[in-house]
Amino acid sequence: MKKITLLTAACCFFMATAVQAETLKILTWKGYAPQVLIEKFEKDTGIKVEATYSNNEEMIAKLRATRGAGFDLAQPSQDRISSVQEKYKIYQPVDYGKIDAKLFIPSMLDAVKANTRVGDKSYAVPFCWGTSGLIVNSDKAADADDWSALLDPKYKGRISYRLKRPTLIAMGYALGYDPFALYSDAKGYKEMLDKVAEELIRTKPLVKNYWANGDALLESMRSGEVFVAMAWDNGGWKLHDENKAIDFKAPKKGALGWIDTFAIPAKAKNIDAAYKWINFMMAPENAGYFTSQEKVPTASLDANAHVSAEVRANFERSFPKETIDNIKWYPPVPAKLEIMEGKILDKIKAAK
Amino acid sequence: MKSGFRLSFWLFLAPVLLWLFLLIVLPHIDLLLLSFRGENDMGDLVWTFDNYKNFFIEPIYWNTFVRTALYAIVTTFCTFVLALPVSFYIVKLARPRTRGFLTVLLLLPFWVSELVRVYGWMILLRESGVLNYFLLKTGLVQQPVEMLYNDATMIMGLVYTSMLFMVVPLISAMESLDDSLIEAASDLEASRFTILRTIIIPHCKPGITSGAIVVFMLALGNYLTPNLMGGKNSLWFTEQIYNQFIASFNWNQGAAFGFLLLLLSSGIIWIGLKLSRQRLGEVAA
Repeated sequence: MKKITLLTAACCFFMATAVQAETLKILTWKGYAPQVLIEKFEKDTGIKVEATYSNNEEMIAKLRATRGAGFDLAQPSQDRISSVQEKYKIYQPVDYGKIDAKLFIPSMLDAVKANTRVGDKSYAVPFCWGTSGLIVNSDKAADADDWSALLDPKYKGRISYRLKRPTLIAMGYALGYDPFALYSDAKGYKEMLDKVAEELIRTKPLVKNYWANGDALLESMRSGEVFVAMAWDNGGWKLHDENKAIDFKAPKKGALGWIDTFAIPAKAKNIDAAYKWINFMMAPENAGYFTSQEKVPTASLDANAHVSAEVRANFERSFPKETIDNIKWYPPVPAKLEIMEGKILDKIKAAK
Repeated sequence: MKSGFRLSFWLFLAPVLLWLFLLIVLPHIDLLLLSFRGENDMGDLVWTFDNYKNFFIEPIYWNTFVRTALYAIVTTFCTFVLALPVSFYIVKLARPRTRGFLTVLLLLPFWVSELVRVYGWMILLRESGVLNYFLLKTGLVQQPVEMLYNDATMIMGLVYTSMLFMVVPLISAMESLDDSLIEAASDLEASRFTILRTIIIPHCKPGITSGAIVVFMLALGNYLTPNLMGGKNSLWFTEQIYNQFIASFNWNQGAAFGFLLLLLSSGIIWIGLKLSRQRLGEVAA
């Protein structure tokens, strides 16, 4: 009997120590917490990192379900923070005193601070950025250089895009609207969405499929099933490494620019570790490693020296000066628009 | 002694009851409440029937539901047509030793997850896939054919995923069928179709019905297969629920859709039972 009691006590003790070993739970995108960096961080700080991969919508849904508990750090896009925070209160304000501001590109830090402000507090710091544009197989579709290529009957059955809000916005540009200017004008935005829906339904027979998974899209580009796709720049560069004919192209009307951030959930348990991770990731050598690996530029000020030459070449090839100036950066999304967009997306998918 | 028995009875029942109550009943009550909440024009949360009304006013929503239900019925029927000869062969024709082997063959695909099975089909059927490769090699086609992303493929996928759930109840129903009935009918020169219609199907009716209910519910509630194999035209009702929860952040609407799915599918099954003049109790037994 005594033995059993002892054993139980011992078990309890071990379990307690196991719980005490610090962990940092990150809710992020695939690739944003590379294994090498996780191991380095664990060695430096002794904090164990658990990464859960997700996307913007699921991040918000997960945190909303627990009212901001379960994770110590999240990485939503900057345009999806302020309206979500106002409504569901799933994040806590960032204590900028704990962030090493020297590590950041100042203009980007300021922009994200401004865009994620609710009341007099801001809720995020920038991590990395990129654009959505076209991935084009120039052997088969040499003259695809704008969003309108996604509606072009020439490429029948060889077109692919995601059925998500960025596509609606890209199509808005293709049809001559300025969607971001319409953000504040719900009626005008609705009109644009109706027109976009009409156009996407009309051209539905041209589309091969609506891709849902980045790897699946890269596979269909690689195998030559798809010639023109709307996708993220780093996907295009990954394919360019394998096949020189395929590359990312910024559309003439302007690529859509996003910034992914660090934000701290309202009921985060290990806040100190979260700040440690932020400063760790933004250190030039780590940010540079991340950029070389994932081909995604960061907001880290001096990371460039640590980025591999091919990745820099990709960037310079796809983004000459005037293309960068032409990037359309997502402003914060007003909450009302999202329900509207949801309905339109359903309508497009249901249409024959 | 008796009170000791009662105590242990409740002790063993408690986990089940807790499971049911905490993980099924409680969340459903929460969802039910959610489904009657909504925002008014001022953005405040109020009690409302709007979420349910939306389903009937917006043609997209009920069209999607009707489509989903029809395809689920087609899937159920196809599964039945395929499963009947298979289970007849296993029970009546195969030798006892092969019987076990055949049943294991049916079970085997279910050892891997549905996602893996669906991706397997996608690798086989895609334009640059295995099947097209052989068709091109043998010269049967000149151009690769896209076999994915249409309704027929989607239904095939659904039938494949739900085969087992029809075969197993059919096997157990058929085991009690007396061979001499079939022999007698043959002696009296009944055609094969007559034997099937007047002997086998009536005998297997409870098995058919329970299999059909399971397959219908699985097909109706499936999310992966329609989404991955159906492609651009395959808006399934479950996907709409997902979209409401995840993409539009509209949990209230999503919850209402969830309950509508529950009610309407139960309604369809009730009609099915009425039409085949059976009661749920008999089928379950």
